[in-house]
Amino acid sequence: MAEPLLRVENLNVNFHTAQRVNHAVRGISFSIGREKVGIVGESGSGKSLTGRSVLKLTAKAAKVTADRMSFDGIDLLEASERQMRTIRGNRISMIMQDPKFSLNPLMRVGHQIMEAYRLHHRATVKIAREKALAMLEAVHIRNPDRVFQLLPHEVSGGMGQRIMIAMMLIPEPDLIIADEPTSALDVTVRRQVLSILDELITRRNAGLMFISHDLNLVADFCDRVLVMYAGRIMEDLPASELHNAKHPYTQALLESLPRIDRPVDMLQIPTRDAAWLNGPVLKSGEWV
Amino acid sequence: MNVTTDKIIETVGLTVAFGSGATSTTAVNDVSFFLDRGEAFGLIGESGCGKSTILRALAGLNPDYSGSILSGNKEVGHRRDKAFFRRVQMVFQDPYASLHPRKMVQNVLLESLIIHGFDNHQKRISAALDAVGLGSAFRYRYPHELSGGQRQRVAIARALIIEPEILLLDEPTSALDVSVQAEILNLLKTLRRERGLTYLMVTHDLAVVTHLCERIAIMHSGRILEEMTVERIRAGEVKEEYSRNFLAASIGYKPMEYAS
Repeated sequence: MAEPLLRVENLNVNFHTAQRVNHAVRGISFSIGREKVGIVGESGSGKSLTGRSVLKLTAKAAKVTADRMSFDGIDLLEASERQMRTIRGNRISMIMQDPKFSLNPLMRVGHQIMEAYRLHHRATVKIAREKALAMLEAVHIRNPDRVFQLLPHEVSGGMGQRIMIAMMLIPEPDLIIADEPTSALDVTVRRQVLSILDELITRRNAGLMFISHDLNLVADFCDRVLVMYAGRIMEDLPASELHNAKHPYTQALLESLPRIDRPVDMLQIPTRDAAWLNGPVLKSGEWV
Repeated sequence: MNVTTDKIIETVGLTVAFGSGATSTTAVNDVSFFLDRGEAFGLIGESGCGKSTILRALAGLNPDYSGSILSGNKEVGHRRDKAFFRRVQMVFQDPYASLHPRKMVQNVLLESLIIHGFDNHQKRISAALDAVGLGSAFRYRYPHELSGGQRQRVAIARALIIEPEILLLDEPTSALDVSVQAEILNLLKTLRRERGLTYLMVTHDLAVVTHLCERIAIMHSGRILEEMTVERIRAGEVKEEYSRNFLAASIGYKPMEYAS
């Protein structure tokens, strides 16, 4: 892991409106290797926007600037839209929050997976079909032949998310951006989906950017965690160290979660310090 | 503190079925439970297990059920009267969907006051907003001018303004951020303590339900599998295989070294 898969330096995202400029992501730098990196924070902290900026999928009104944004030697800032199309899905893919809204409602799920494959590989229908069935099996769908023929409204949430994972992983990408992939799922299904994702990523040695607001989940699932607040990375630390976090914001977030093993009378409500907006942040345990 | 024989709500053999003939599905199958006055009871289970259906039947939103629902040891009719709604109010899951987009906060609150024939409208609206920590300045706001947590506070104020005895909570924090969730859970806990309310809470988040409730029932495919106290859940003492799996799925992502 000499050169990380993705390297971002000083990323800024601005939204220009008639009255003012909304600075949503403010000068963040990070890198992702072939590992699982979690990005946590509250809504509006800029975590999803960071993921979208990497794929250049931000809205037209957003102005994305960075000193450097490179993926496996490719400069994403300079890349043309044509070049981006060969990267999206093929090299970097994205798993969205809710399968209900990200699958085509009029197309059988098997054909959607085939389409994802044939878009990036020259393959006959027959081969693509075999690949898609194998992929459905890889995401632990018991009866791939039957599921192949289903329409998105006929599958459950957990099954839909597994189909999404199959679709996103079939072109064999190097980096996967998962934007709250399990927030819409039940606890019991969540565990299943995550273990499938974990298994496939480990097997293919890919990198994962896991965007979530669930701190406990990230602490256990990921290797490294970035904690975001108001468009900045407050703390960058190994996931196993999350519960020993030093930044007051991370500590406050952890304190605000109800816990089964440690009953409390009243939960701590995070108080926000204006100094965090521009104050020092933690990088691997050091204040910078 | 509580008079244990005072069952404020009880269901006996509650069954809810949808559809008819071959396509009929029994969403809730012979469910019996009770709530003592002043206690907080939680129903927990995965999606589709029938927990919200029970809540809707209790609230009178689904009059088509069999079995009986008792309130204060008297059976309530399938069509509820105004007096029932005066005592039982519901807070819905999604604060973005449960408030009228074209109604100011004060009109939202005023409506239930008028329906139930209360006087002193302005004073009661201010008091209800103060109780949920919003303050009178929020009276003239529309829902789109409020954050998710503030909207849920308005929804709670709307339920509380007619001074009910029972609150039915349908996943009140699942659409909210962790920090906002903490605020709402604290608010619900404080309100219950101050007013002696009875809560029936439906959720799939075990941590939330153990924080707020004293007694919890785990549901699976329309039935209550087992009912237990929070202490037993915390200790992991469950009988059924399914409950054990459910608990493991909920706690499984907690780092063990931190728990000790």
